[in-house]
Parts: sequence; structure tokens; C-alpha cells
Amino acid sequence: MNFRQAGRLNYDPAPTAGAGTDRAFWQGSTMTGVRVLVGTSKGAFVLTSDGRRQQWEVSGPQFGGWEIYHVTGSPVDPGRLYASQSSGWSGQVIQRSDDGGRTWQPAGNKFGYDGETGTHQWYDGTPHPWEFARVWHLEPSLTDPDTVYAGVEDAALFRSADGGNTWQELAGLRTHRSGPSWQPGGGGMCLHTIVLDGSNPGRIFTAISAAGVFRSDDQGATWRPVNHGLSSEGVLPDPDADVGHCVHRIAMHPSRPDVLFMQKHWDVMRSDDGGQSWHEISGNLPTDFGFAIGVHAHEPDTVYVVPITSDSEHYPPEGKLRVYRSRTGGNDWEPLSNGLPQSHCYVDVLRGAMAVDSLEDCGIYFGTTGGQVYVSADAGDNWVPIVRDLPRVLSVEVQTLP
Amino acid sequence: MIRVVLPAHLRRLAGISGEVTVCCDGQPTQKLVLDALEASYPMLRGTIRDQLSGNRRAFMRFFGCGQDLSHESPDAPLPAAIAAGTEPYLIVGAMAGG
Repeated sequence: MNFRQAGRLNYDPAPTAGAGTDRAFWQGSTMTGVRVLVGTSKGAFVLTSDGRRQQWEVSGPQFGGWEIYHVTGSPVDPGRLYASQSSGWSGQVIQRSDDGGRTWQPAGNKFGYDGETGTHQWYDGTPHPWEFARVWHLEPSLTDPDTVYAGVEDAALFRSADGGNTWQELAGLRTHRSGPSWQPGGGGMCLHTIVLDGSNPGRIFTAISAAGVFRSDDQGATWRPVNHGLSSEGVLPDPDADVGHCVHRIAMHPSRPDVLFMQKHWDVMRSDDGGQSWHEISGNLPTDFGFAIGVHAHEPDTVYVVPITSDSEHYPPEGKLRVYRSRTGGNDWEPLSNGLPQSHCYVDVLRGAMAVDSLEDCGIYFGTTGGQVYVSADAGDNWVPIVRDLPRVLSVEVQTLP
Repeated sequence: MIRVVLPAHLRRLAGISGEVTVCCDGQPTQKLVLDALEASYPMLRGTIRDQLSGNRRAFMRFFGCGQDLSHESPDAPLPAAIAAGTEPYLIVGAMAGG
């Protein structure tokens, strides 16, 4: 079995239960490689390669026609994947795979808020009732393949301990006293980021647009906003408010869990104390608006962002698609453009659409609203497109297979 | 025996092709047909009706015998031809969806 054959199997439009003899291969037991999981506005795609990351097998679309906000895998069982599948017609579906995406089974999709929902702020500042729309982000447990968190719109955090079959809200977040003041960002009032701390099992970070970052130290029972140092001038009546900030993404290196990097609506920020305080590290970036942010797998001070022109101009400055890398934990940034379009490029890179693998030469991946997925197999120095013409890319994750 | 036609995206989700048939105890209504459909295909729960309220999803429509049944009472008897299985009950994605 080689990658080409395995990939072709993944085109099966009506997969049947049972992974068959390829199961071991799809769980990555035969060789080192990577599996890139791409969620798009019209289906999911799986891109596989060996450790060189030069030849790629593309499979999909899986769940064609549906919006796939996120596909991701369990860090302790790479065969176990979860996907958030939704449509304007038919709402939310959760899919689960036990063979690395070759076959899928619908899991539970009943996301009921726990108790009274109350109201948050609507776009115009009037009270608006909490309404479930979709799952933006799935974050599998670092220790148990059957435990997975879901961040949803309207903002709330859910948890499943049975492989996604049933979901329970961790309502302490939504019922935080600041909840009535939360308001939607441009993408809706979504909980889009969940970061778990492997060194502290009780600790969970979530980010909500537009409320900010919240931290729990008791496995999600109670929460507090951790936004001190964030400033949103021209957007909030009090630019330094405790909540209300449009945080776009946060990233952590697992070896240094008290250091967090953030791409905010405007500003790239850093915290050195688990979110208790933040300082700006935008430095020499051409613009500090953007969505995605990532950290190198082996260098905790090497950070990646994709600067986007402005809050109204969601495309790269000067029509040049450039990733910026800081090797100093921020402030000092260098443009990375080799292999990326440097003229007439007006795509966006959304918050969930950047990922890093953990091979020795760290690979960086990002997807665009124009349907390209780019890879750099040398930490950002050189880029090539794996695919060019997918639907709008909503999320990119990568699994490094043993 | 009620014949039910699902839109393509839900046929794929449920892993079925063509029509589905369901049985209702007593006088068939839209609610009983959808209850029976969801019992046979649990993955369809929430995709046609909201799971919590039971209401039709805004972008799903119900047709049959040349009529729009979307706004009929879920507990009203279905037209006789649908109840008899000579005409199908059509579950349709709204034109504005997708």
C-alpha cells in the first residue's frame, strides 16, 4: 500500500463501516508522514504525504456541499478524527472517524444550552437571546480520544466524554457575569479557540469574538476573563475594558504553557503569565490586523502570522501574500514570501487555517479563502501550494504520523 | 406505508438512495412521519426539525400532492394520497439554502 492507493480509497462517497486492512496504514504505523485536514465551505479534504512533504495525495471532498468549520484529530489516537459539519438547510452535524478519515460515522448533534440562556448584546447594542448556530472549533482531549470540547456560536463551550455522541455545556463560561455584554464579531458571536494545557489538566483557555480570552483552572467549571493589556480603540467605548475584545486566535507552545501569542482584531499580543497580562509585539509588521497565528513546533519563540490589510480590507497588503516570522517571540518580524504570490493576491487567511507539524524540519501550513493550501517544509523559508482550487478554506490542521 | 423523499444532502448523510418508507401508528401526520423517519435514521435528528423545539428548520420545506405543507399543523392528518402511499411526502431544501 502506498500513499497514492490509500488516497484513492478516501474518495469513496458512501463509506461503509469497518476500516478493513488499511487501518494500520491510516493510523500511520508504517512510516513517518503527515496528514493535513482541511475544512472548507463545501466539504473536507485530506492531504497526505511522507516526511519529505513534496508529493501529496489529495482526497475529498468528504461531506461535499456542507460547510466544514473544523476537522481535527486526537493527539493520543491519530486515527480518531472529529469534524464539524453544518449547512444553512440542515444545521449542525458532528462526524467521527476511527480510521484517520477513511470512513466516518455521524455522532451526536444535540447542543442544548444548560438552563436559562439570557441575552448578549446584538450588533447594535440591544439585548439578543442566545441562539445556537454551529460548532466552530473541536478540541480533542490531550489524554482521552473520547473526550472532546466544542466551541460554538452563540458563544459557549460544550464537552463530550463519549466520542461526540452526547454533549454537555460547561455553562460557567456562558453564565459569566459579563455575558450580557458580549457582542458578535463579523463572523458571529463565536467561541472559536480552545487551548488545553498539558502540564495543568485543569486549565483551559477559550477565546470568543467579541468578548476576549477566558481561562478556567478547574476543568471548565468556573471562568475569568484574562484580557488585561488588550486595547480596542475605536471599537469599544472603553478601549481597555475587561471584556469585549475581538480576539481572533491564540496559540501556545506546549513546552511553555504560560506564554500565549494572540492575533487580535488589530494588534499581535503576547502574555508571559497565562493570560493575566498582555503586551503588544506587533513591532515592524506592515499591518497588525490578521486572523491566524502559529508557533513553531520546536522553537517556542518562533511565531508566525499572516498580516491582513485592515478590518475592512481582508486581503494582504499590496496584493502580496506574505507570512511573517518572528524568531524572537515577537516585535522583530521578517517577511516570508518565497513561493507565495507577490502580485494581485487578494485572498484572506482565516483564524483556523494555519497549522504546524512536528517533524524535525517543522512544516508550516495555511489555507486561503481562494482555495489554496500552502506548505513550507522548512519552517517558512520556502512555500509551495499543495492544492490551488479548493472551496474557501475555513480550517487547516495537520497530524504528524509516527 | 408512507413514502418519503429526502433532499440529496440528507440522503448522503443517512447513507440511503431513493425513497424511504416509514410506518405510522394511527392516522399519519407530519409529526408522526418525521418521528418515524428519525427513529430509523437517527443521524437525521436536528437536520429537518430543531432538536430542542421540534420546529421545522427555517430552510427546510415540506410538500406533497402539489401542496406546500410547510405551514400546516404538524399534528394535522396528511393528505389521503400520502397516507395511502400513492403520493410521496417531499422534504425539500428551500431555494434560498445551500
